Amino acid sequence: MALFNLTVNGEQHQVDVAPDTPVLWVLRDHLKLVGTKYGCGIAQCGACTIHLDGIAVRSCSLPVSNVGDRALTTIEGLSPDGTHPLQEAWVEHDVPQCGYCQAGQIMNAASLLAKNASPSDADIARAMQGNICRCGTYLRIHAAIKTAAANMG
Amino acid sequence: MALIKTTYNRRSFLKASALAGGGMVLGFNWLAGCKPAPSSAAFKSMPEAWYDINAFLKIGENGLVTIMSPNPEIGQNVKTAMPMIVAEELDVDWKDVIVEQAGLDTGKFTRQLAGGSQSIRQGWQGLRMAGATARRMLLEAAAKRWNVPVDELTTEAGLIKHAGSGQTLGYGDVASEAASVAVPEEVQLKDPKDFKIIGTTRKNVDAPKIVRGEPLFGLDYDREGMLIAMIEHPPAFGMRLKTVEATDAKAMPGIRDVITIHAAPEGFDRQWSDVNAFPELVAVVGTSTWEVMQAKKALRIEWETETPLESTADYTRRLAELLRDGKTEPARRDGNPEAAFQNAATVIERTYSAPFLAHNTMEPMNFFADVKEDRAELVGPIQTPEFLRKSVASILGLPEERIAIEMTRMGGGFGRRLYGNFGVEAAAISQAVKAPVKLVYTREDDMTQGTYRPAYQVTYRAALDENKALIGFHVRGAGVDGGPVFADRFPAGAVDNYLAENLTLDSNISTGAWRAPRSNFIAGAEQSFLDEVAEATGQDPIDFRLTLFERAINKPVGEDNDYDAERYAGVLRLVREKSNWDAGRPGVHRGVSAYYCHNSYVAQVVDVVIEDNQPSVQKVWCAVDCGIVVNPGNARNQVEGCIVDGIGHAMYSAMTFQEGRPEQNNFNNYRLIRHAEAPKEVEAFFVDNGIDPTGLGEPGLPPVSAALANALAKATGKRLYEQPFINNEDYFELMEATG
Repeated sequence: MALFNLTVNGEQHQVDVAPDTPVLWVLRDHLKLVGTKYGCGIAQCGACTIHLDGIAVRSCSLPVSNVGDRALTTIEGLSPDGTHPLQEAWVEHDVPQCGYCQAGQIMNAASLLAKNASPSDADIARAMQGNICRCGTYLRIHAAIKTAAANMG
Repeated sequence: MALIKTTYNRRSFLKASALAGGGMVLGFNWLAGCKPAPSSAAFKSMPEAWYDINAFLKIGENGLVTIMSPNPEIGQNVKTAMPMIVAEELDVDWKDVIVEQAGLDTGKFTRQLAGGSQSIRQGWQGLRMAGATARRMLLEAAAKRWNVPVDELTTEAGLIKHAGSGQTLGYGDVASEAASVAVPEEVQLKDPKDFKIIGTTRKNVDAPKIVRGEPLFGLDYDREGMLIAMIEHPPAFGMRLKTVEATDAKAMPGIRDVITIHAAPEGFDRQWSDVNAFPELVAVVGTSTWEVMQAKKALRIEWETETPLESTADYTRRLAELLRDGKTEPARRDGNPEAAFQNAATVIERTYSAPFLAHNTMEPMNFFADVKEDRAELVGPIQTPEFLRKSVASILGLPEERIAIEMTRMGGGFGRRLYGNFGVEAAAISQAVKAPVKLVYTREDDMTQGTYRPAYQVTYRAALDENKALIGFHVRGAGVDGGPVFADRFPAGAVDNYLAENLTLDSNISTGAWRAPRSNFIAGAEQSFLDEVAEATGQDPIDFRLTLFERAINKPVGEDNDYDAERYAGVLRLVREKSNWDAGRPGVHRGVSAYYCHNSYVAQVVDVVIEDNQPSVQKVWCAVDCGIVVNPGNARNQVEGCIVDGIGHAMYSAMTFQEGRPEQNNFNNYRLIRHAEAPKEVEAFFVDNGIDPTGLGEPGLPPVSAALANALAKATGKRLYEQPFINNEDYFELMEATG
């Protein structure tokens, strides 16, 4: 166990955890931020996607000791009130079915749009390939990303 | 406007506050959505008081309405559709509705179960009555207050009006008086042409919370003082626990205890929902998930073999032997099939197969249990809470009335969460360690636990006479824990000489219902076979089926034909028209398929191209007959999801075994369909026939694998008989040659 100072969604936190604890479990168990989900633990499903200095990473495979003073952003911090264009587009297109994968989908898509403001269909498919949706809402995810990109452009 | 007796499920219409002796009052309900959705346009603040009108709804003095959604939510969105039906007959503005998930309460609700695509179909009447009786009670309260005959009053979106005097009252104004009005013996239901909510698209009531990452799922549940538990189950089917050495594990940081539990001990009252290949488990209990995960690795466990360890090669061979030589009484026999095949000019015979499949809900199995001396509280994702309560009562030795179950939103069900072994295990662990416990399965624990979609093989034979007419049809299927054949489904009833046989193979690999059980395999095989038969007769595949439906309509063979041929033909005609089937579509290869299951009819056309050496589905056209469509936007979402699910599993997914040991345990070795492989476009069309609604959670899945296979046959010249399709011999060479 060791002490780690983390910046999460703009706020400072101190946690006392084993250095190899993935950020996923620090968020869920210690900071009670449960928007970031566990799906596989081996960076194969994308449900745990957060931003590290604005770039999408799989928090299940990011040990807390690797974070340092870099900024962590979770779905709870993507916007103060659900008004990120992606969150609004997700509601507009009525994307979710069970909803479990969607926070990871949105975080991954936000990272894409931050880098590429008008992604092509192929860009979107390639960027989102790591995020599994077992309910099969891929078509709506795709449409919502395009809507958000258009609204942000 | 239908006038109906309110005898159906009257318990639900009694005042909600009547908790008869023995009822448990829970503390603060963590899961209650106290806030109206912020996106609600007419945002009212919370009322000062709520008046319980019946089990389904309460009304605030300011006109806000809370409607309970009784059934478990797995992503099929009954949490929006069921309240829509209540709100319609209540006649309120949907913007004034807050939805809450009901807990298990068999005193108030019937069939709180998610399965069989039945929630709307079986809930339709009761939900309408709940809304209509409440509306009537509000009218009677207003009539009394105004001293006018109740028949002079009308309602509109939460307002009561008396045309004669011009007076109006909001529902909130009379809610407290309405709560004491006697439940009417008879009530008017709306004419569907007057529906304002049903038949319109309403957004998922939880969407704002989902996109913000608010706690909703079982895995998110938290309780002060809660411990985390994880299990170890045997690594192979046929094995069981022998010894466990836990000294190292117990000494690790954060670990409270390591115990063994038995989820189905001597005397346990087993329900149909208690499928569990591994009832004897090691459980590690600690204060945080990661610490418990590490401690699991430090366990030293010995397993022993109890029943033969089988490999895929074994049961594949045994299924084939059963199919070839197995003796069974016919499931159905019409005419003289033996003679028909004897005298046929042509006999076509094809065999299809598919593997075990895991459910792989995105949220792994989990459940919270707080077991005390005399009562237990359980919270979590379960499709069958009523059955879970029975099993938990049995394992704990407590009466059912002392067990409360709250249902969280589920990160997927697909049939896996019909079987509540994880709830029983959580209860057993909590009882043993005398603390509130949340049991969590890792993805590996989950994927290798069993309760799979069974492996199947089926052989179809068609007999054609010299005029290429279909004179005989024989379907013979074998499956683990039950054959896949539905003897009375199409084309039974349309062929003079017909034989259906079903054979079952025992295995120690546990199986369970997987989205559209049996249909999820047999539809693909049947509709692929009919495509080949159509080809052999020289007919267009849609024409070929329509001719058979004509027979079933005009001169059906036998009785108990389990489909309505008019409706079945109807969806084929609709998809033919919408997809412009006859004109064709240049540049794509097309396949068609249709199936009837879970009371709904679906026909699909798949347009595929081969691109970069793999199939790329450009579009799926989908015609659906599910009667009245309650929430069109969500109906389309379900259809899309079924299509992606059906294509994905048919193309890519399989559980295989080596000496009882699953060879897949996570998404790096079990392939699921991903974003790039999903169809580019899906368009759904719904038949408008005013029939009472039937379900959509499952019906869109079974036919799609055949529509795809039939399209791929056009593209490549080769048929696919084995699932997953990528396992067919020379599949990749074929794609490369074509692409």
